[in-house]
Amino acid sequence: MSHSSVDHHRLRLVVRYTLLSLIALMFIFPLIFMLVSSLKPDHQLLADTASLRAFLPVGEISLANYYGAFERAPIVLFMMNSLLVTAVTVVLSLFCCSMAGFSFVYLNWRGKSVAFSIILATLIVPFETIAIPMLLMVSKLPWIGFDGLTWGWLNTYRVQVIPFIADGLTIFLFTQYFKDLPRELIEAARVEGSSWWQVYWRIVMPLSGPVIATAAILKFLVMYNQYLWPIMVTQQEQYRPVLVGLQYFFQLNTAWGEVMAYLTLITLPVLAFYLVLQRAFIASIASTGVKG
Amino acid sequence: MQKNSSSLTQHNRSGWLFALPGFGLMMLFIVVPFVFAIVFSMTNQRLISPNPTQFVGFENYRQLLSVNLLVLDPVSTEAGELKQNADGTLTYPRIRTFTRNNPDYPHLQGMKEWFSWQWQDKQVAILASDPVFMKAVVNTFLFVLVVAPLQGAFALALALLINQRLKGINVYRAIYFMPVVVSIVVVSILWRFIYDGQNGLLNNLLHSVSFGHLAPVDWLGNPDTALGSIMAMSIWQAVGFHMVIWLSGLQTISPTLYEAAKIEGASGWQTFRYVTWPGLKNTAVLVLIVITMQAFALFAQIDVMTNGGPLDSTQTIVFQAVERGYGKQDISGGSAISVVLFVIVLSISLLQRHFTREKK
Repeated sequence: MSHSSVDHHRLRLVVRYTLLSLIALMFIFPLIFMLVSSLKPDHQLLADTASLRAFLPVGEISLANYYGAFERAPIVLFMMNSLLVTAVTVVLSLFCCSMAGFSFVYLNWRGKSVAFSIILATLIVPFETIAIPMLLMVSKLPWIGFDGLTWGWLNTYRVQVIPFIADGLTIFLFTQYFKDLPRELIEAARVEGSSWWQVYWRIVMPLSGPVIATAAILKFLVMYNQYLWPIMVTQQEQYRPVLVGLQYFFQLNTAWGEVMAYLTLITLPVLAFYLVLQRAFIASIASTGVKG
Repeated sequence: MQKNSSSLTQHNRSGWLFALPGFGLMMLFIVVPFVFAIVFSMTNQRLISPNPTQFVGFENYRQLLSVNLLVLDPVSTEAGELKQNADGTLTYPRIRTFTRNNPDYPHLQGMKEWFSWQWQDKQVAILASDPVFMKAVVNTFLFVLVVAPLQGAFALALALLINQRLKGINVYRAIYFMPVVVSIVVVSILWRFIYDGQNGLLNNLLHSVSFGHLAPVDWLGNPDTALGSIMAMSIWQAVGFHMVIWLSGLQTISPTLYEAAKIEGASGWQTFRYVTWPGLKNTAVLVLIVITMQAFALFAQIDVMTNGGPLDSTQTIVFQAVERGYGKQDISGGSAISVVLFVIVLSISLLQRHFTREKK
């Protein structure tokens, strides 16, 4: 290889990396701005937007905004609420949707094809279009708890969990995955006298790691980032998730430093989760593409 | 589903038991509320009301969707000449004289001006019983028509860029995807700093690259730029999601096709046009459908950034549904809007399915 072609190759590499990095900067700068601003006092935060200082941790850097944010709102409570609602929904969703998927793929029953068509049809119903009638519905639903029969689900955890357990996309993901599993395994187990429950729990589920990861991650994102529904159904502080907690920070005189601190705090868990599971995250989105 | 599997005879009881939790919950929390939406939209149901609910037929839809045309002749003087203003323009009777208790125009009762224009010496006005909703519909369609192709194209460009063997490419892929995992509410708040009219990051950037020649723009406060600003941010936020879908499509294309193209001496564009793009047909359909569905549900950005303003320039269908159904506790009005949105989304996905089937 001649010298010039080596140089040419190197130049092309430099161009590529520069392009990639510039684009990366475009995607990441608001997050850097958020993190850096959360460390600055308000007057400096607003003044710094005039220059590149907006993205640099310079000047009066402190954790004062974080202390302020914790004083302003019961952040720990909101975090616990979000994590509780998210975790419970994800677990129940994996359970219910995989069972339904199992039934659709391996069992024959009357009404199956109609039921499956209904599930596919729900894929084009945006949640926003049913939120309003559902609000009225959940305000009147009965519940049997420790204090006997009560009416109305507003201001509870269950109103944030139960409506989101089952959804068409998750069931669809499971059916697509189950279809590709080797049928001989299931038939052999049946011949040996296993019940359907045993086939599901001991054979199919242990083989379904990838689709479980996919479904869990997608559900996690949807649930942790819930906004419209919790605003409508949690008037009491006790049950509010993190995004509804934002309201505490937008009052007459918005303390922007504290807003940034709060945004950083509620974004960190997702980002940490994402960075750790980055490959699985992206693989999960990609699989919705392949299967569609 | 597969029906002819050998060992699978009827298993009604097991089948129902397994499907029940998931299917039952979906019926209860998706299908039933949806049916309620249709039912409520034909009543005067409110969230809390002392009066019994009444059936009103299609009244809510009439309230939402009625549109009428009104052609106004210029006002004449008593001498029969057209009355002119000082600047030479013609004067017209006020529209409200037709829409308020005018016995000659009962069909225009209660309507308001949506928009109007000059036609020869007449003024043509389009009246709507709910001009704000009409603006919301137009804005939503504009949003979909701009965001769907742009987001799809940018996402494809990013996917092509990231689909190369380079050291550290995974890091870039991870960063491009990052905004997707951050809540759209958080993103919207951050972008308010970018779009701020006084001291926003975007204005400061434009100011310095133009050496002070570009005057600051109040991006979200100006009816001409507000919707466009929200479009740009929405594209930025979700482009990584679609990049990954495109990537999965790219990876299904066989490498031997690329080798063949290379041997034939195809240029970069030719390779894309004759190898890559045909291999992406199915992915393209999926990306288009997903983006369209997401775009029609536009809500959080509006709620955080503009509340529908300025001058209703960022009203959207879902924002109107929530404002009515929840804000004003008018469940029936909100439900009617939801049904309208559903009909729109349904027709579009049927159309898309029809067109993508044609091509096969």
